[in-house]
Amino acid sequence: MIVIDIISGILLIAGVFFGLSGAIGLFRFPDFFTRVHAASVTDSISAILIISGLLLQTSFDLNTGKLLFIMVFLLITSPTASHALAKSARHGGLLTMPEASQKSQEQKQ
Amino acid sequence: MNFIFDYYNYWIVVFLMMAGFYIVISAGNLVKKVVGLSIFQTSVFMLYISMGKVSGGTAPIVAEGVTQYSNPLPHVLILTAIVVGVATTAVGLSLIVRIKRAYGTVEENEFEDKDDAI
Amino acid sequence: MAEFIDLVLLAMLAITALRVIFLKDLFAVVMLFGIYSFLSALIFVSLDAVDVAFTEASVGAGISTVLMLGTLALTGRKEKKNENASILPLLVVGVTGAALIYGTLDMPPFGHPDNPIHEHVAPRYIEESPKEVGLPNMVTSVLASYRGFDTLGETVVVFSAMIGVLALLGVVRREESAPESGLQSHRVLHVVAKLIIPLIILFALYVQFHGDFGPGGGFQAGVIAAAAFILYALVFGLPMAFAVVEPKFLEKMAAFGVLLYASVGVYSMLKGGHFLDYNQLAADPVAGQHYGIIIIELGVGITVFAVMLSIFYAFGSQAERSNVQ
Repeated sequence: MIVIDIISGILLIAGVFFGLSGAIGLFRFPDFFTRVHAASVTDSISAILIISGLLLQTSFDLNTGKLLFIMVFLLITSPTASHALAKSARHGGLLTMPEASQKSQEQKQ
Repeated sequence: MNFIFDYYNYWIVVFLMMAGFYIVISAGNLVKKVVGLSIFQTSVFMLYISMGKVSGGTAPIVAEGVTQYSNPLPHVLILTAIVVGVATTAVGLSLIVRIKRAYGTVEENEFEDKDDAI
Repeated sequence: MAEFIDLVLLAMLAITALRVIFLKDLFAVVMLFGIYSFLSALIFVSLDAVDVAFTEASVGAGISTVLMLGTLALTGRKEKKNENASILPLLVVGVTGAALIYGTLDMPPFGHPDNPIHEHVAPRYIEESPKEVGLPNMVTSVLASYRGFDTLGETVVVFSAMIGVLALLGVVRREESAPESGLQSHRVLHVVAKLIIPLIILFALYVQFHGDFGPGGGFQAGVIAAAAFILYALVFGLPMAFAVVEPKFLEKMAAFGVLLYASVGVYSMLKGGHFLDYNQLAADPVAGQHYGIIIIELGVGITVFAVMLSIFYAFGSQAERSNVQ
């Protein structure tokens, strides 16, 4: 089943690429909210691609069910965590970068 | 090269042990000391589990077609050790909360001299 | 190829531990400790220790991190700068590290099947445990049956930790209602928590009773069930969590778990065997082993759940609503 191997390899490499880009974005983005977005990329699209790649590799028995459950659980909880993080920061008074630069301009005048 | 593969696990474990040990003896804040102690504990667990691993073996769960199992005895000891470790961490952290309530600070050099007035 | 995964993970672990030394923000230190715990759980999986990985992930990265964050909420987030930084700790650490590395050169090489650790006791357990105990998971059979007395001691240690924490801190009941408790404005969290909490409890029960056939057992199940209730307390507020599970009930539950474990031992003594000799529990020795292991794992699970939730209640009820900086 060389076709399934190739497809699962492509999915896994794509998942790793998105995970890596999320990690690099976590360091390079300038603002808190953009960094949260980069981290949430790792949780959602990277998890889907990697688990789909693994689903093609395993035999069709209990392992498939377990992997599907893990994917559903990750899809429910990881975006919720990113949302809770961003909302708590907003409630705590953190301003986005355009708002912060606008506020410092108003204070200078 | 084989020599490095043979002993790499143990050297990293010694490095982690020393990192945790350094945090315990040099940090001023008590909570950081407890974190360093937990790092030290986890590195010791890794030492035991590395000793129990058999290359070419699998997890010690009986399955068909498997002839070589990793050693289950260190796993049992370390399972007990992990739970006991978290129990002592919990008691240590509650002691820190009481110290904060009694002295107002958890920095070591700030309450060190207050403690002698007994 | 599998060794490279090991190498990379251990290097990441070393970098994490090194970073913890130099950080002054304690919140980041505790988060790095959670990452350290997860990475070591991954390493345990690659070293074939699946039960240990499960326990380390749930206990180390779950409960330990939560308790440390609870302590940080009460004691403050920043570490003060050290004015008189001396060279002495570095010297001590250097000498000790050099001595330890010199000691590891004498150890048997990593992974060889004929190391001294794999002789005498371990082959006996591996060969005899399918016949004498009959469970697929050899770690559970050694933990609960061959070394059952150690596990009783461990359960008593966990129970005495709860006694220690309750004696030091105690659960503070506020008579006036606390309307600020919980995350009132997070509607998304409320909905998702209501979805997830029953599934977490179901998973904890699965882990509890499936510990005979795969990784799992009493400790992991107790911690996962406690995590579900801790999530409920965080999202909906501590007074509502007190209404669901009373702190006094948890104390009795923890004692009941230890009592269940010890009474299995006393019962087998009354039947004519030794303490914790499960062969006496039924007519067929292997069936007796199964009964004994299920009952004591239940006792362990009940105690660990009650203790972890109790300790969280003790920490969580101390915090006032103000921001501690």
